[in-house]
Amino acid sequence: MTNIKVFRNIIDKIIEKLFTISGAVTSITILLITLFLFKEGIGLFHTPEVERGYKVFVNSQNGVEELSSLKLKEIFDSEITNWRDVGGKDLDIKIFRIDDVFRLYSESEFGENYELLPQKLNEIISKEDGIIAFLPIQYAPESPDVKELLSKNINAKDYFFGKEWIPTATPAPLFGVLPLVLGTLLVSIMALVMAVPLGLGVAIYLSELAGENQRKLMKPIIELLAGIPSVVYGFFGLVVIVPFVQKTLQIPVGETAFTGSVVLAIMSLPTIISVAEDAMRNTPRSMREASLALGATKWQTVYKVIIPYAKSGISAAVVLGIGRAIGETMAVMMVTGNAAVIPVSIFESVRTIPATIAAELGEAPTGDAHYQALFLLGCILFVFTMIISISAEFISKKQYNKAS
Amino acid sequence: MKRFILFSLAICGILFSVNSQKIKGSETVLPISEKTAQIFMNHKKSATITVTGGGSGVGISALLEGTTDIAQASRKIKFSERQKLQNTGQNVEEVIIAYDALAIIVNPGNNVNKLTREQLEGIFTGKIKNWNELGGANIKIIPYSRETSSGTYEFFREYVLENKNFMSGIMSMPANGSIIQSVSQTKGAIAYVGLAYLNKSVKPIAVSFDNGKSYSKPTVENAKNKSYPVVRPLYFYYNTASEAIVKPYIDFVLSPDGQKIIEEVGYVTVK
Repeated sequence: MTNIKVFRNIIDKIIEKLFTISGAVTSITILLITLFLFKEGIGLFHTPEVERGYKVFVNSQNGVEELSSLKLKEIFDSEITNWRDVGGKDLDIKIFRIDDVFRLYSESEFGENYELLPQKLNEIISKEDGIIAFLPIQYAPESPDVKELLSKNINAKDYFFGKEWIPTATPAPLFGVLPLVLGTLLVSIMALVMAVPLGLGVAIYLSELAGENQRKLMKPIIELLAGIPSVVYGFFGLVVIVPFVQKTLQIPVGETAFTGSVVLAIMSLPTIISVAEDAMRNTPRSMREASLALGATKWQTVYKVIIPYAKSGISAAVVLGIGRAIGETMAVMMVTGNAAVIPVSIFESVRTIPATIAAELGEAPTGDAHYQALFLLGCILFVFTMIISISAEFISKKQYNKAS
Repeated sequence: MKRFILFSLAICGILFSVNSQKIKGSETVLPISEKTAQIFMNHKKSATITVTGGGSGVGISALLEGTTDIAQASRKIKFSERQKLQNTGQNVEEVIIAYDALAIIVNPGNNVNKLTREQLEGIFTGKIKNWNELGGANIKIIPYSRETSSGTYEFFREYVLENKNFMSGIMSMPANGSIIQSVSQTKGAIAYVGLAYLNKSVKPIAVSFDNGKSYSKPTVENAKNKSYPVVRPLYFYYNTASEAIVKPYIDFVLSPDGQKIIEEVGYVTVK
């Protein structure tokens, strides 16, 4: 008898320990993931603006010492064509990339392992006063005729308030996340504006007005909506909603923030409906009956008794809806057109943070500035969703206090 | 124990002597290598070929690390990649297996039929904004581009835009299919896709790379006789050390049988 008891105690202890360990392991893993995310992201601010392994060179006669990444981009896009515009002499800018050297000389002139390449590059740069050359460091010509342009590290201000996101620009990529952040917020908020009234309407109908049979039919259908893969929503949006929006509103493009938010609204409806409906149905029968007994109509009962009682549940539904909308990737990527511009109207294409990460992480080499910039975007998204879940927690706590 | 080790070694030996090879890289080349590998394996029962995508850059870096035998690429190996190879003392052989023409497409309702390279550059860098500047209707131009991970994007930027950046805030689509879909339903749209993806719902336009002296439509014939300018070669890269393993397959791809498959898939043959 006692033997069995001891044995049971031991088993209990072991199970208890196992649970503790699994809890600890999960928390540590989550912490490590977060740490990793932030470590990679923050690394961006220790990375030089010019692509790693490369430097920008000019002729030593040139008065310009330093160029911002925006100016570099404009020069290499031939938008700035004279050194005067960036504080230098009145001299035409001549752009030179490493691949151009292979057009000027044949491959054999560089020697077995390109030993003669720096020398040739030196020749080219010293000959042209207005040249700007973008070259790999290991072939950098070292001579008094050649001057290296100083390059700063990417700074936080340019990242968080930059207005242009061109990660493939050479020599200096532009990582301005403002259009992406605003795009994400615009699409999510618009989606909520559409989904919340509709979702609450359905929830009220289901909990208060619908008969048992209608409820039995509608509830599973709405829950089915949550089970449809997001890529299917995206495809539906691209083929049906995009042309529809374009034709009915007579706008040049159908892939807009508005289209994205319609798709997101449909996607977040099931969450909002089921959470809000649960909250409303939890209103005690006594309160409902008291209201009706006092002579209130059904509608008065709904909006004077049930909605105030279920307020925190409804807020939780809304917050969970935001959470669903803000992190959605695939569907949004297919219907918003992904143009990285600061949105001035809802009928313009936008690019969201999750879509950017999904589309670009595959090609960004590990440890590269582009890779770090995408991780930092992940951090921004993480902070957004964390604020949302903390507020959800806060709201449901409030409900608990009221119930007690 | 000893016997076990010997046994394992023997198994390893057998596995290695079997003609097993991996191909990795460009999504554009993927249909070719999948189809040819399948038929090659039907012909030669002992061979096993695994084909995966990922993008041209992914394929070449896998070749550098030795995790693939053949890297398929829709662009030429970059100078920096060639550099890395040289540093590690590897020698890489390049084979052109097919050509792919890039078609410039517009909405079928658009009455513009031809454009020069300079006009295309103007459109995609955002300098030309309305079709009436190009002899079309008064409709805003909506250029669509591929996402930055695409080799097609990279090629278009280098070759048509001459290394300039696309206009900031260009519409970028995740796949060739969605580009076709969007162009077919947007009046002012213009985009670029591989010839193999072309269908009736969009209109390909003739382009000129000699300042409007001669225009050419994107067709397989024009790509073959070199009159169509936006053509890119598709490459296989392999390490010279593993030549013995990969040569039979590459020879098959380049053989008349293999080239016939390439034509069926919708690409332009080498010969």
